[in-house]
Amino acid sequence: MTNKYKAVVIGGSAGSFQGITQILASIPKDFPLPIFLCLHRLKHVRNGFVEALCIKSNKAVAEPFDKETIKKGSVYLAPANYHLCLELGNTCSLSTEELVNNSRPAIDLTFESASYLYRDKLVGILLSGANKDGAYGMMKIKGRNGLTIVQDPDDSMINAMPNAALAATKIDHILTINEIVNFLLELDKICKGS
Amino acid sequence: MDDNTPDIEITELRKLTQVIKDKYDYEFKDYAMSSFKRRIKRVLDLYKFKNVDKLVNVLENNPDFFEEFVSEITVNVTEMFRDPTFWKVLKEQIIPNILLNHNKITIWHAGCSSGEEIVTMCAVLDEMGALDKAKIIATDIDTAIISKAKNASYSMKNMEVNSKNYARYQGTRNLEYYYKEVSGEAVIHKSLLENVSYRKHDLVQGAIFSKFDLVLCRNVMIYFNQTLQNNVLNKLHESLFKYGYLAIGSKESLIWCEIANKFIVVNNEEKVYKKIKD
Repeated sequence: MTNKYKAVVIGGSAGSFQGITQILASIPKDFPLPIFLCLHRLKHVRNGFVEALCIKSNKAVAEPFDKETIKKGSVYLAPANYHLCLELGNTCSLSTEELVNNSRPAIDLTFESASYLYRDKLVGILLSGANKDGAYGMMKIKGRNGLTIVQDPDDSMINAMPNAALAATKIDHILTINEIVNFLLELDKICKGS
Repeated sequence: MDDNTPDIEITELRKLTQVIKDKYDYEFKDYAMSSFKRRIKRVLDLYKFKNVDKLVNVLENNPDFFEEFVSEITVNVTEMFRDPTFWKVLKEQIIPNILLNHNKITIWHAGCSSGEEIVTMCAVLDEMGALDKAKIIATDIDTAIISKAKNASYSMKNMEVNSKNYARYQGTRNLEYYYKEVSGEAVIHKSLLENVSYRKHDLVQGAIFSKFDLVLCRNVMIYFNQTLQNNVLNKLHESLFKYGYLAIGSKESLIWCEIANKFIVVNNEEKVYKKIKD
């Protein structure tokens, strides 16, 4: 692994909450890269989700405002009923465009725009889920030479989403949640230069 | 999965916005990049244009297509009572405050889209017994969508989510009170919208045309870049009476905007601001 990576995007849907909680509980408070979470969630429940993620997390999780500048080491969660995208100039942007893959936020949009901004310096991680959202996004990350990781279908509560990504593009690593955590801890060390 | 279409280049978008500016005098160059690019991609897919050059060509040679193009690139996804808690704040706090000092209230829906927000506003005012005190102007850049707003007829399919929002808003009636179902459509009673006038207006290049007690511009400036947002905010600011209110989307913020010091936050959760300086 190299220290070139500048950001991590994580997508998840049904069955991903436990995994995401474990990841957030395991990475250190000073993890140096920004992390963008796009998790399928109830469209009309604005409050509660961020708080639920924060309970066990070492890092604060926040929903960004439109045009908010991306800060190193921050964890951003796509807000309910908005798509979250990243813009050249290092800002977050939100959109109320049509549902994509029946979802808003849609993982494909977050992943695609992140890969456009970070190119080969992006790590994309796709977790458990019941649809195919994220498969196109993973393909874009791979196409721009980013690193692609899916949760091992056998480790996923619902494996449709990892499988869809595996069918769509070449995935660099197929990992269990424990292995994803180890990967991120390794990434943490390398990015801190130790 | 297939995705053979190459990325749309920024240079192609620049050329496109320049042609639109030259030929139609609409300015899209300061729209937010990732959403604008997606809207253009959407138009290419929809009309089976093989690239941006083809689209440029059609726009150059076929003026009739332009209005359709504007309709397709503007985002017209909305709901009645979107963010129910926002409407509750408007009903319990903002509108009563305005009516404390005036017996009339003027409201501008800047970027009214298909009109769900107007229906919502009128329902809120009606439930407050204040509908006859209101004068409402609804504007949008998209001619077709203004017709839809005027027509105020919505697919019954969408009414489920609208009704759920209404329940969360804790209105005093049912949403059914405001419409009649006619062959799969919820047709809003015309009497509810009597005090609304609709007009085409481009926030980017349009002139200031009146002053208001309350301006709603929710989830519109998210499609603009910071420069354009600042410009538009200047216009919204100028269109407000001193101590008038500005409501933006719940995930928008004035913090990074030049004009921030001319407003105070009235409700941070729902993003309602009050103009305190001219």
